[in-house]
Amino acid sequence: MIAATLPPRVVLYEGPGAEPLEPKDRRELFAQLLDRGYAVTLAGSGVASAPPTATVIVLGRFQGSAPDVAGGDGPVSVHDISGEQVEQVVEAVESARGARPMNRPEAAAANTGGDTWKPWFPVIDMDRCTNCMQCLSFCLFDVYGVSETHHLQVENPANCKVNCPACSRVCPDVAIMFPKYHAGPIDGAPVSEADVSREKMKVDISALLGGDIYAKLRERSADAKARFSRERSADQALAERRRCLKKLADAAAIPREVLDALPSPEEIQRRAEEAQARADAARAAAEAAT
Amino acid sequence: MTDTADSTTPSHKQPRLLYCRCAYAQVIPADVKDAVLAGLTESGEAFEAVPDLCEMAARRDPQLAQLAAETSPLKIAACWPRAVRGLFTQAGATLPKTGVTVHNMRTDSAEDVLAGMQTADQPTPEET
Repeated sequence: MIAATLPPRVVLYEGPGAEPLEPKDRRELFAQLLDRGYAVTLAGSGVASAPPTATVIVLGRFQGSAPDVAGGDGPVSVHDISGEQVEQVVEAVESARGARPMNRPEAAAANTGGDTWKPWFPVIDMDRCTNCMQCLSFCLFDVYGVSETHHLQVENPANCKVNCPACSRVCPDVAIMFPKYHAGPIDGAPVSEADVSREKMKVDISALLGGDIYAKLRERSADAKARFSRERSADQALAERRRCLKKLADAAAIPREVLDALPSPEEIQRRAEEAQARADAARAAAEAAT
Repeated sequence: MTDTADSTTPSHKQPRLLYCRCAYAQVIPADVKDAVLAGLTESGEAFEAVPDLCEMAARRDPQLAQLAAETSPLKIAACWPRAVRGLFTQAGATLPKTGVTVHNMRTDSAEDVLAGMQTADQPTPEET
């Protein structure tokens, strides 16, 4: 789950009127705050360009009164951290945040609370995308949509299934990246000619599976259902389903848990048809606009 | 892997430095990102550090738009340049073609990344 609220922004002020932190304390403070999900700025003077409506928390070892700092339109709170240990400063930031929800890196969530979410979603390389809409017609989870100018866009990134890069496998132009993926070119590494050929092969593999991966899924599911009704063996039917799904998972790099979580065959069909219709309409609109 | 868009364009403005911690998925080697953060914090130079550009792009964080709109050169320590540019674009904050350098902590050493971040704003190879 992703929290959409703007998290507070922390500024460590070391400009005129403030004593700088020791380098090791500064490094430790940055690391701890970043690992809890806070953006941190090391500022020499003033606090420029804070996003509108963001809460800004200004920290500093102020000599005398705190200097005037200019934030955005949001509230600014200033904390004198003279004499405080790094852990105390981090606690002060957490306290200043209050109850505002924010996303937390998983490693920190156990201690700090908040929603965890691995930022897993497709990122389109617009220099490569040809607006073919294959990804839109492939995805069953409404991750993709169409902009007002009839171009593909990632509309609902939070709908994406974590660790599933399957749509990147059906893109004929290798235009879909998942920056958190472990290997190139899906992780954003430069695309080579060999990559393009390999990706085309993957589309062919999908075709070999029956031309329409979801049609194949439906067929497999129907077979399994029929077998189940004949043999009345839930274990056997489940084993068959797993065997078939593994083949699909291997071919398109779809995590098995994603396939296991797919809706009923009827629902898959309905969503696939809906996605196909949206893709067709978007393509037609884009062509009409050019 | 370093990407410098139109690095031949001279600029006399102080570059802004942006560091991505990749805190939400850990795809950047911990020793590299720790060493880069240490180098940046120990230098005492002003810089921006964000927990995770991917997480911010998903929220369309307005800070990305502000960074993209900067007229000063921007140096980014993060991951693959293609991914970084894609994330900004997806957040509605397309980075300018000129004046932006992305240093890749997934593939480059901390020393190379720091050298690129901390050197004066000079032309660098487009792909190294």
